Amino acid sequence: MTINNILVVGVGGQGTLITSRILGNLAMSLGHDVKLSEVHGMAQRGGSVVTHIRYGEKVYSPLVEIGQADIIVSFEKLEALRWKHFLREDGIMLVNTQEIDPMPVIIGTSTYPEDIILKLEEECKNVISIDALSRAKELGNIKVANTVLLGLLAKNMSIPKENWIEIIKTTVPEKTIEINVAAFESGYTA
Amino acid sequence: MMNKKLMLGNEAVARGAYEAGVTVAVAYPGTPSTEITEFIAEYDEIYAEWGPNEKVAMEVAIGSAIAGARTLVSMKHVGLNVAADPLFTVSYTGINGGLVIMVADDPGMHSSQNEQDSRYYAKAAHIPMLEPSDSQETKEFVKKAFEISEQYDTPVMVRLTTRVSHSQSIVALEERENINLREYQKDFMKNVMMPGMARLKHVVVEKRMKDIAAASNTMIMNTIEIKSTKIGVITSGVPYQYVKESLPEASILKLGIVHPLPRKLIEDFAKKVEVLYIIEELEPIIEDEVKSWGIDCIGKDILTVQGEYSANLISERIGEQDLHLSQPKSLPQRPPVMCPGCPHRGVYYILNKLKKHASGDIGCYTLGALPPLQGMDTCVCMGASISMLHGMEKARGKEFVKDWVAVIGDSTFVHSGITGLVDIVYNKGASTVMILDNSTTGMTGHQDNPATGLTLKGEATSVLNLVELTKSVGIKRVRVVNPFNLKEVEEAVKEETAALEPSVIIASAACELLDKKRVRIPFFIDEAVCKKCGMCMKLGCPAIQKKDGNYQINDAICSGCTLCSSVCKFGAISKVGENHDN
Ligand SMILES: Cc1ncc(C[n+]2csc(CCOP(=O)(O)OP(=O)(O)O)c2C)c(N)n1
Repeated sequence: MTINNILVVGVGGQGTLITSRILGNLAMSLGHDVKLSEVHGMAQRGGSVVTHIRYGEKVYSPLVEIGQADIIVSFEKLEALRWKHFLREDGIMLVNTQEIDPMPVIIGTSTYPEDIILKLEEECKNVISIDALSRAKELGNIKVANTVLLGLLAKNMSIPKENWIEIIKTTVPEKTIEINVAAFESGYTA
Repeated sequence: MMNKKLMLGNEAVARGAYEAGVTVAVAYPGTPSTEITEFIAEYDEIYAEWGPNEKVAMEVAIGSAIAGARTLVSMKHVGLNVAADPLFTVSYTGINGGLVIMVADDPGMHSSQNEQDSRYYAKAAHIPMLEPSDSQETKEFVKKAFEISEQYDTPVMVRLTTRVSHSQSIVALEERENINLREYQKDFMKNVMMPGMARLKHVVVEKRMKDIAAASNTMIMNTIEIKSTKIGVITSGVPYQYVKESLPEASILKLGIVHPLPRKLIEDFAKKVEVLYIIEELEPIIEDEVKSWGIDCIGKDILTVQGEYSANLISERIGEQDLHLSQPKSLPQRPPVMCPGCPHRGVYYILNKLKKHASGDIGCYTLGALPPLQGMDTCVCMGASISMLHGMEKARGKEFVKDWVAVIGDSTFVHSGITGLVDIVYNKGASTVMILDNSTTGMTGHQDNPATGLTLKGEATSVLNLVELTKSVGIKRVRVVNPFNLKEVEEAVKEETAALEPSVIIASAACELLDKKRVRIPFFIDEAVCKKCGMCMKLGCPAIQKKDGNYQINDAICSGCTLCSSVCKFGAISKVGENHDN
């Protein structure tokens, strides 16, 4: 009985929740049992946020445990470092290279760690980084950075590509379908 | 094919209420309970409203139930403190139409000021309480709660925790039951609680709880899974899920009703297993009671009363596995912050500049307590800012509070700040109260309130006029300022704190997140003009960063609020696209 364990992490306000819900609904549509654990409330105001997604034949706990995640998708670089201990030994770390300074860094009581990607590579077997923000800017809307990351996630999972595109089409506002599909492709072929 | 949907626990509550034929739902928002009532509002068949606070919401619900409607009322754990007065006595009157009280606890305090356990309330008020462990169960238990409520003439509580409220799992949808309003009949022996009637009712309450306790032994919400008899676990709520993950061989008694406890069921189960563990988050409520019956069990000796549990924790403590879990290295923290463009920011900047202390309150503006603004001295509970400042004045005199203000949000002021202001006037105080009116209940995700002009269902309604209200309680010095006009805020704070009579300053500007369509033109810092004095950094705006020794504005998140350009003495900050050479 294998359960798929995925963690989506980032900074409150980055849209990690939407990405998680797309994956959750996709897994359900494929006949899996699914549980998602979300963050609402205070941390959504720019704090560190995490969504747990678990699916398989029968899921009990809504939480991915330390050392159990197959994949972590991090919407921000420092957050990848913060949550990396949740990854299992041969798990995959997907990192957006965007940097968002937390308040202790802004006011100078902490410094933003250097060489994060190198540090991740030292400790995780599979690290794939992507500049989703620049890709989204090139496509003409920074808001689709999430969909670029979704494309990268899809590439590293076994769910067929058509299923992803189908669910994107039914989830995003109609006017933005085209740009979102392009963003997905950009991440998928990265 | 059965219709299924991936749902938050909170959405499942709404669905359960809908299927149970509920016609009235009331709440005051509070994480993690808020979405229950937002989802309910989507059903046309159910009348739903935000009350101004939990006590009022509870009383509206009691009235509705006594009038004959199936009614649901929801709140977070600390909200139940506010509603405790009616709670304890509706236990005596009983109901007419079913009354279900949803309460969401927050182990781990993701968004709360304490970690209290609502199960104590169920015991103290003699009200039965159910506790589900995922969304499907949540829906079923809500429906079951209405049946118990009407069968035993009692309100029924359903306890959620953050991981049930805010986890999604699959729910099978069913049809709505059509429940008619029950007939209303005047019955003052039942519904007027004076000593003579209440004494009789107390007897009824005791008998009722005994009857429910007896019936609980066969209630289908409790389930038993017998596997290895070496380890037995009694648990309920989301810890059940962690037990299933971590102790696959254990026998489990999962309690769906957590008050009153099914004693016979527990005694029989205890006899079947060699070692009995009680696994419950927060307080040892099941454990204490089970021990009081002379049953040997292990609980809080090895498990904490603090925070959330996890499958790993149980594996380590009970499964005796050494998991060698790696811990994160020390990294810069990422505490929540006021958003770029937040109207609260300028107020704290001025309080800082004038070296004022603030008696604080709960809302997004509480984030002003953190560095760099650090503009708050105290924060206890909703509404306390005003009354606590008055207490300080009475302890140390008028001179002392000249360096103080109370800060309180619009929703919090309406919730429980008004009575504090009445107290200041009545008892001849001189405090200054700042109402930070951002036209919404921000922290809990933007709910309307009596001062916003919209109902929960989105209908236009009368707007509570804060100026007229504060004047009418007897405050003579009331003024409204624009929190983005720092000069105006500074003048107001200086003058009002110096005055020897009580005053109210209303800082009025809508929450930045409300108007998603507004075109936002970001600002930028001209490096050639910037003297690197760091004044703009004192605002604690997440959009201003120092990179390679230079101050920069992150145009992806800048809202164009103007605050930084107004604190820059050198004119180095201006709107993108504005030519500042001429
Ligand atoms: C008794 C109680 N009920 C509910 C809450 C949850 N809660 C925290 S802050 C808040 C209201 C915030 O609104 P407002 O005062 O308008 O300030 P804003 O967040 O908009 O700045 C609520 C409902 C609580 N902490 N205590």
